[in-house]
Amino acid sequence: MNITQILFWFLSALTVFSALMVVVSKNPVYSVLWLIFTFFCISGHYIMLNAQFLFIVNIIVYAGAIMVLFLFVIMLMNLNQSSEPKKHRWLRMAGVVAGGCLLLVLVAALKNIDIKKQVAETNTGDIGLIGNLGKVLFNQYVVPFEISSILFLSAMVGTVVIGKKE
Amino acid sequence: MGWSLENISHFIDSWLYNEFDPTIARLIEFLIIAVCVIGLFAVLGLVLILMERKVSAWMQVRLGPNRVGPGGMFQTVADTLKLIVKEGMTPLNVDKFLFNLAPFIVMIVSMVVLAPLMFAKNFQIWDINIGILFITAVSSVSVIGILMAGWASNNKYSLLGAMRSGAQIVSYELSAGLSVLCIVVLTGSLRISDIINSQANGWWLFKGHIPVIIAFVIFIIAVTAETNRAPFDLAEAESELTAGFHTEYSGMKFALFFLAEYVNVFIVCAIGATIFLGGWMPLHIGNWNGFNHAMDYIPSFLWFFGKTFLLIFVIMWFRWTFPRLRIDQLLNLEWKYLLPISMFNLLLVTVIAILKWHF
Repeated sequence: MNITQILFWFLSALTVFSALMVVVSKNPVYSVLWLIFTFFCISGHYIMLNAQFLFIVNIIVYAGAIMVLFLFVIMLMNLNQSSEPKKHRWLRMAGVVAGGCLLLVLVAALKNIDIKKQVAETNTGDIGLIGNLGKVLFNQYVVPFEISSILFLSAMVGTVVIGKKE
Repeated sequence: MGWSLENISHFIDSWLYNEFDPTIARLIEFLIIAVCVIGLFAVLGLVLILMERKVSAWMQVRLGPNRVGPGGMFQTVADTLKLIVKEGMTPLNVDKFLFNLAPFIVMIVSMVVLAPLMFAKNFQIWDINIGILFITAVSSVSVIGILMAGWASNNKYSLLGAMRSGAQIVSYELSAGLSVLCIVVLTGSLRISDIINSQANGWWLFKGHIPVIIAFVIFIIAVTAETNRAPFDLAEAESELTAGFHTEYSGMKFALFFLAEYVNVFIVCAIGATIFLGGWMPLHIGNWNGFNHAMDYIPSFLWFFGKTFLLIFVIMWFRWTFPRLRIDQLLNLEWKYLLPISMFNLLLVTVIAILKWHF
């Protein structure tokens, strides 16, 4: 095993472990913090694929922005074991069924993938570098890209308008 | 061969790779970098806190610290020694793990941000091709440490301070990012060395006409808010929140927060100096060849640190000039004024870049 493989297995184990901890943790704040840790581990995988732009965007968007909002809300709600409402047994059953359905969909979707043929391009692939990614986005996927950026712009304008209303 | 930082680092690099095999040489280099970064942190903390106290004294026509050492030079060293020997107390009923982890996260984040900064000509830890984006991304992670500290302290003032700090950092990041983007548009690269090299014939502040000056002003306002400094120091507004998110911290853990705050000021000023004032590039004026040659003799690291400390001085100046804003005024300033202005400004800069109106 060379150093890349060792790093890959280490990172993967860490990712799976922290993702499990998100579900297992009793305290919701710990869950969010483990989720942030999971995102960092996934960013590590991007670095190993030489996709530095995706690595940094993953950190900006998920660890830096979305998870901070999660943390905000959960810390303000002041959830702890004493104030947690007792859940009905049927609710738990429904949760298990919903999770199982998701698992079924994922397995069905990934069943026919031939893993042997797909070899990850560590250190050699350059599609994740910002120049190449930009060329692909602005040549092949111009219309979806522009539509989604208009969506984001309108969301931003919307927040300012809502803020101004008072 | 001159004694520039570039040559010294190349000399050490080639010597290590000749003596040891590549993996061990690489590891030794990591170790040297770690020691240098920690050393830089310690020195920056000492110098910046002393500078803050001297500048504030100067603004208020006082003398400032003047007992320990010549002109009070060793005051911060003495303070640090005091903080180190103090008991690191963990109050009851706090979340012990997160409470102790938070200062280190804030600290490590500011250390990682140093990686792509260029301290002198060709003297840099990691010349990543998305350097400027790396800095904005990683520095936004420090919010997590602050929120952690505020929540784990189990104290309403801490939680409120952390929330304010988080809201402030998340919202002001937008205009800081948009002003950085202005320069990225003009340069066409996110790599720090490319941004600096594009300023060889003049700094962007002078080359980019009025839109870049607007971007610079917005950048300075936004980073002052991002580093939680007065007039935007609502996160630790003493009159309302005692000390904000680090109310419960004492001893070395408090010192780490304090140090990280000052190092963050250094980092944002270094970014400002790099993208707007040319980093290590000496000041050149048109065809004044004599003047330009004289400026070239000043070592590049002096240029970099000179510009950075000039910006730090400006930010310290703000603290003693403006009264503190209220939280709603703070968020209004960002969302209703700075953000629309900087988005429109980015469009203007794009037009300038496309039509090549800049010098």
